[in-house]
Order: sequence, then C-alpha cells, then structure tokens
Amino acid sequence: MFEKTLAELAQGLASGEFSSVELTRSYLDRIKTEDGALNSFITVTETEALAQAEAADQRRSAGEAGTFTGLPIAHKDIFCTQGVRTSCGSRMLDSFVSPYNATVIENFNTAGAVSLGKTNMDEFAMGSSNESSFYGPARNPWNNDCVPGGSSGGSAAAVAGRLAPAATGTDTGGSIRQPAALCGITGLKPTYGRVSRYGMIAYASSLDQGGPMARTAEDNAMMLNVMAGFDPKDSTSIDKAVPDYTLALNDSLKGLKIGLPKEFFSGEIDPQITTQVQNAIREFEALGATVKEISLPNTQLAIPAYYIIAPAEASSNLSRFDGVRYGHRCEEPTDLEDMYKRSRGEGFGEEVKRRIMVGTYALSEGFYDAYYKKALQIRRLIQQDYVNALSEVDIIMGPTTPHPAFKLGEKSSDPIAMYMEDIFTISLNLAGMPGMSIPCGFANGLPVGLQLIGNYFAEERLLNASHQFQQATDWHKQAPTS
Amino acid sequence: MSLDRSDVEKIAHLARLNIAEQDIQEYAENLTDILDLVDQMQAIDTTDIKPMAHPMDAIQRLRSDAVTEGNQRDHLQTVAPAVEAGLFQVPKVIE
Repeated sequence: MFEKTLAELAQGLASGEFSSVELTRSYLDRIKTEDGALNSFITVTETEALAQAEAADQRRSAGEAGTFTGLPIAHKDIFCTQGVRTSCGSRMLDSFVSPYNATVIENFNTAGAVSLGKTNMDEFAMGSSNESSFYGPARNPWNNDCVPGGSSGGSAAAVAGRLAPAATGTDTGGSIRQPAALCGITGLKPTYGRVSRYGMIAYASSLDQGGPMARTAEDNAMMLNVMAGFDPKDSTSIDKAVPDYTLALNDSLKGLKIGLPKEFFSGEIDPQITTQVQNAIREFEALGATVKEISLPNTQLAIPAYYIIAPAEASSNLSRFDGVRYGHRCEEPTDLEDMYKRSRGEGFGEEVKRRIMVGTYALSEGFYDAYYKKALQIRRLIQQDYVNALSEVDIIMGPTTPHPAFKLGEKSSDPIAMYMEDIFTISLNLAGMPGMSIPCGFANGLPVGLQLIGNYFAEERLLNASHQFQQATDWHKQAPTS
Repeated sequence: MSLDRSDVEKIAHLARLNIAEQDIQEYAENLTDILDLVDQMQAIDTTDIKPMAHPMDAIQRLRSDAVTEGNQRDHLQTVAPAVEAGLFQVPKVIE
C-alpha cells in the first residue's frame, strides 16, 4: 500500500479496495513506527485525520466523492491550520494554535483530503538542510546521517520515507525543488501568484510560493489541481483560469525544445550529478525532444541579490512577532522594549536572527539604494535572462542542486556554504517562473534531481515532460531501504 | 564592508532583537561574510534598469470599501499571550 501513488490510491478508494479510514490508519501506524528515525513530522493529527477519513468515506457512500476525497496527505507546518498547532519550525510559534485556515488547507478540506499532520521545516523556511528547525532536523530516508534538504525537508522526507503519499511545500529559493532532489521525489514550484499565499506564514513575500511534493508528476498534477487558483485574500494572487493539470500529461514530447544553460554545468558541481543529468537529457532526446545550449549570464548574481531581497522582506514580515498578539512572550518584561527584544531574542533561532539583521541593515537609513534597489535591478536582469532563453526554447533543464544530500552538521556552521547549495534554484524565484525537480539517478547511493524550468504559467508543460520521462524511466519508483 | 560589535548592537536594536553578549562577535563575522557576498552586485552597472518588485509587475488590487469580515476579536484573541476585557495587555507604557 505504501508504494502506491496518489493516483493509484485514488483508484483503490474508488473501487472499494480499501476505505479512507483503513488507508489513513495504516499511514498513521507507519508514522508511529518509522518517524522516530526521520523526525519528518512536527505534529501528527491522528484524531482529526480519522475524523476527516470517516467523513470522506461517508461522502463516498453517498455518491459525492471527488478525485481527492479520502486521500491522506501531509502539510508543511507553514500553512495555518485551524485548531492545530502551526509552528513554522520555530519556538516563536511553538504554542500557536491557528485560529484560521490557509487557503491551501481550505482547498484540500473542500476536496475531501485527509491531513495526517504537519511536517518539519527549517525555521520560518530559512534554510537548505532542515537543521534550523526548533524541533531538530528531519533526516534523509536514503541515509539518516544526511540532511533531507530544506526548507520543506520534513515534507520531502515523509514522502520519500513512505510516511505520506504526498505533501505540500513552499519554495522561496528552492525549498520545494532542493529537498525533492535530495530525497528522490518529484516537486513543483508553481508560477509566482498561482497558489494562494493566504495563511502561508510569510518569509519573503515577493518570492514565496506554495506547491506540491509527491512521488510522481501525475500526483503533482492532482495536487496542483486542488492548490492553484485565484484568491482575493492574497493581494499578489493572479486571476487566471486554472487548467486541469492532468489532461496534458500524455502529450507527446516530439519537437519539444530543451535549453541547457551552460552556467548550470560548470563550476562547483559534483561530476556524478552532471553525468546523471546528461543521461536524463538523452532520455528526453529519445522521447523526441531537441536540445541546444543556452546562456543565463547573470546566474552568479542570483545568490547575492536573493540575500538582500529575502532578508529585507523577512525583516519586515517577521516584525509582526512582537509578543503582543500571538507567539512567544518572554517572562516578566520590565518595559515594552524589553518585551520586544527578549521575546524575539528567545523566540527566534540563529539563522532567523541573522537574516532579520541582514535585512534590517540593508533597509536602514542611507543603504537602501546600494542594497535593496540594486538587488531589485539585478532581479530584473535575471528575469530578462530567463525571458530571453524561454523565447528560444520550451523548457530549460539542468541539475537541481550542485551536490547530493550532505551530512548533518557539515555546513551548519558556515552560512555561506549553505547558501551556495541553492545556486541552481534561487534565480527562478527571483524571475517568478515555475520549476520542477524529478529524480534522475543516484550519486553515491543518494538521489539526484533534474530541474525543469518553464515560462510563466507553463506548469502543464513541465508536468507533461516530467510524466513522459517517468513513463520511460523508473528513478521515481526507487525506494530507500532504511 | 566589515561590521564590528557596535554595528551588530545597533542593528540588533533596530530589529528589536536581544543578542547574547557572547554571540555578538560571531554575528559580526557572519554578517560581514554575507555583506561581502552581496557586494558582488556592486560590480554590475544597473543604470536605467527598472527595479523589479513583482514578476508580472502586478500592482495592488483595489476593492470596494465594504465590510467583508465579521468581528472575530474574541476568537482571534484566544492565541494572545495576555488579554483583559478584549484588550491586549502589554507592560505599562505611560506613567
């Protein structure tokens, strides 16, 4: 049962092979026995899950079931869930029981999905290893000494470890694609504005985007069908019709034009990753695609621009955590300023404080033009690179990450080394286009991710290309033995 | 760009963050490293490049000035650290 995809589980529910209660109970049991080693969940919502599963079964017997009715999934603990602790991986929100639902949660509830619980993550989504979580790091199911990636590391570990058939994630600089690559699963960062950010705790508002994480492209399409859509409650949501993402999955790739940015195949990159990615690209050629070299000349500027824009926005977004209305408050504050400083000092971890301080500095008097404005100008240059490239090709491909999963603790004392792991994912958030990571091989027994990048709102095409690749290969079917 | 202890203290104050005395030096080093990294941007000529705040250059939507949300004060205050008579309690501000 745990090797079945969402699509297969949906069939099993529809044919009466098993009920949602049975399915949900087996996942809850598996979480109990296996998650001690993985630490992929922060909160397991057993009672709520079984109640949702019972309701789903009733809906089905009443003949009212939809595609998603009764399917169990997990949610990154960044999505506010009414009546459930929503921690964002932080001590600051350790006792925060959300009084409302994020739109993404609401959409899954309406679709009849069952939520198994809330997954581990880097604190406030700031990190690439899951090590900044207040609840300790989630671990990589392929090797428990390795990180699962981040920030959606718990979601990736849960899906790869077969503790949930699918999970939600969010991606600000690679936080869906990088852990998907490191854990050997399939993840999609949609176009900025495609999935509502309402109730998704903000890190860098102009970059944050929620998306699906599952084992196959087909399951990603099913998830995105539920997640995508205009939301008047999100001021940057895009009002554009949502297609049925499963419809184009079987289209032929004949004539598909693939661009390989030369900047994604040079510099600090594990040669085994390059080899696996090149093999995958040959597979696409065998499926009828053509390949050409392209250039994204400003790739190297993405990390510098990101580490101004994201911290600047974070310093503003996280100013709401002041110990007044919700979140951690220090004991016996002497005055208001003492309450702010100690509540925030105690509530936030090291990396979060670091980024708040970088952002505060960049936005402080006299530095705005040199840092924030400059970064937004560089952002435009990076976007133009992608726009130019995607006028020549349909999909850009390359590695998702320069290295496979690294050891816990290996980079945690060197912030810059950690930031560099996002070199291939971060520029896409600045440009705002959609991107995916799909499993395409192994390096030293650890999964390798192939990244696919498309033009604005080209999610259908990315899912189609990924699905066709997954029909021809079985990398996505490999399961960790641990 | 190199930051020293007093810079970190000033930034931490602006951000209303309490930083432990023994951590200040490490933050100064980390923040200096990060600022060195971002300084690569300064080598690029961006004269006449329009800053980009939103991928589709979307602007804030306007809506009609109508009440759409009911009063949920009591419900929303269930997560507050300290509340009295519907008000958030904070340390005394006015003597």
